[in-house]
Amino acid sequence: MAEPYALLAEFDSPERLMDAARRLREQGWRRLEAFTPFPVEGLDRLLGFTDDKVARAMLIGGAAGAVLGFLMQVGTNLDYPLWVGGRPLIAVPAFMLICFEMLVLGAVLSGIGTLFVANRLPRLNHPVFAADRFDLSADDRFFLAILADADFDRDDAGKALAALGPRAIIEVSA
Amino acid sequence: MTAAAQQDVAARHVVVIPTRFPAPRAWWALFLLALCLLALFLISVAVLFARGPGVWGNNIPVAWGFPISNYIWWLGIGHAGTLISAMLLLVGQQWRNSLNRFAEAMTLFAVMCAGLYPILHLGRPWRFYWMAPYPSTMGVWPQFKSPLTWDFFAVLTYLIVSILFWYIGIIPDLAAARDRAKRRRWQIFFGLGALGWRGSAQHWHRWRQSYGLTAAIAVPLVVSVHSEISLLMAAGPVPGWVSTVFPPYFVLGAAFSGFAVVSMLTVWLRAMLRLGTLVTPRHLNMLGILLLATGLMTAYGYLAEVFTAAWAGGREAETMWDRFAGPYAWSYWGAVILNFVPLQALWWKRVRLSPIPLFLIGLSVAIGMWLERYMLLVSSLYRDWLESSQGLFRATFWDWSLYAGTLGLFLTCFLLFIRFLPVISAFEVREAAQEGGDG
Repeated sequence: MAEPYALLAEFDSPERLMDAARRLREQGWRRLEAFTPFPVEGLDRLLGFTDDKVARAMLIGGAAGAVLGFLMQVGTNLDYPLWVGGRPLIAVPAFMLICFEMLVLGAVLSGIGTLFVANRLPRLNHPVFAADRFDLSADDRFFLAILADADFDRDDAGKALAALGPRAIIEVSA
Repeated sequence: MTAAAQQDVAARHVVVIPTRFPAPRAWWALFLLALCLLALFLISVAVLFARGPGVWGNNIPVAWGFPISNYIWWLGIGHAGTLISAMLLLVGQQWRNSLNRFAEAMTLFAVMCAGLYPILHLGRPWRFYWMAPYPSTMGVWPQFKSPLTWDFFAVLTYLIVSILFWYIGIIPDLAAARDRAKRRRWQIFFGLGALGWRGSAQHWHRWRQSYGLTAAIAVPLVVSVHSEISLLMAAGPVPGWVSTVFPPYFVLGAAFSGFAVVSMLTVWLRAMLRLGTLVTPRHLNMLGILLLATGLMTAYGYLAEVFTAAWAGGREAETMWDRFAGPYAWSYWGAVILNFVPLQALWWKRVRLSPIPLFLIGLSVAIGMWLERYMLLVSSLYRDWLESSQGLFRATFWDWSLYAGTLGLFLTCFLLFIRFLPVISAFEVREAAQEGGDG
């Protein structure tokens, strides 16, 4: 048999999924993942996903954008000075609007870029797509998965999931 | 079935609308019309490229004319999509879930039409990249103290941010459409668009962060973009433009015209795609209230403008009187009447709840705001400080044909959008329904 990727349990409501996830966490399962048609409030924390990479990337990207935007305007004005009516060459207030636009652009590009990179998207093939019934995960079914690792015991995981009373248990091979 | 359960069912149906389109005949009729207008756009651009901007009515002193007033009009319409989507998301108004997707699509296409205008207006449009700061053999850089350069950065940023915000918002629905599609070609089409989204909890976790934060940053972005456009006018010494009320006046006018167009699109899509369960009378009511509120704020801008002109006296006051009774008085009074008179009907809830009156009021405002942009631009430019810089502006056939052409461009893109993509943010509606929200 092929290497297992995960074992999926199918539920028909987010409440039952949350409940099941909570019970598995209490039993000490750590490599869990869930697949839901819409974001379920609190599920990410329950499964231990607390990273704030996106927020951090936006902060850094925004700051970098603003600074680069400012330096660009200073640099070009020094490189080719346009003296108009005795006005200052480095006119900070006049530069602020482009600084702000570059801040926004830097923050959004790095935040959304991080979203894709950290989520490993695009990825058009993935083991779960081959699983039976997984196409329902975008419709009205909620899946909880125990991910396989080196010392994955299929029977243990199967028993743990069966005890939660799912509609179905589906095997996913890697 | 409870209202929330009904919404859930309807929202799940939204993602299969493209594969089982409910109104193919009406769509084709509109699409043919849109294609005719698009052809007119292409012809107008070809004529412009062949013969130069002399085909337009633009001349000194009114060198801006239609291209710039239409540019402001289109961009203003675009802003409402971002405001509905981002601002109402931040303040937790969940009813926006039924409107944000197509309102944002409206934003994209309106910004596209807007962005084309200044480029076409350049005279040598193929040199538009001179606006960007790149190291060239000429050794010169853009003038960073000019609102024109600010504008280039603002609109480009706005376009990129709008596309990304709209796209990350539609990915989960594309994934749902992919999984529900029966035919191979739809599966491939949605599958490529969804980029392999699989709705995992970790994906959603990061998605929420980026969606919320992008929304938070998009609201001040809208304000900055239209303020910058107002500075194109307010930063110079032209009578009728030098006023500190301009930035807020422009931003509110933009929101006003945009909400008007959103109201029209809402009424239209609701009827054509039978979205009555998701776009309820409550949404029409809220749109009516938004339209009325932003309209009254815009009216305040008109009053403030008259007040500043009267207070300043001199040439400012002359320009004001000229707007009231000069050769372009029709555009001033047209704007005042179309913007604010039918609008007053929205004080009555019964009017706000009726689709057709709401549509007509939206249309009246869209035209009124077009007249306002025209009036602000032309009535100030045609009569400057010097005798030598005075002369009337008259739009030519090619001015009008290009404008009609951009309407065609907008309509073509929008019709393709409603035909091939989920028009309502289904997963957000479902999330709200699940959490017992009022949808």
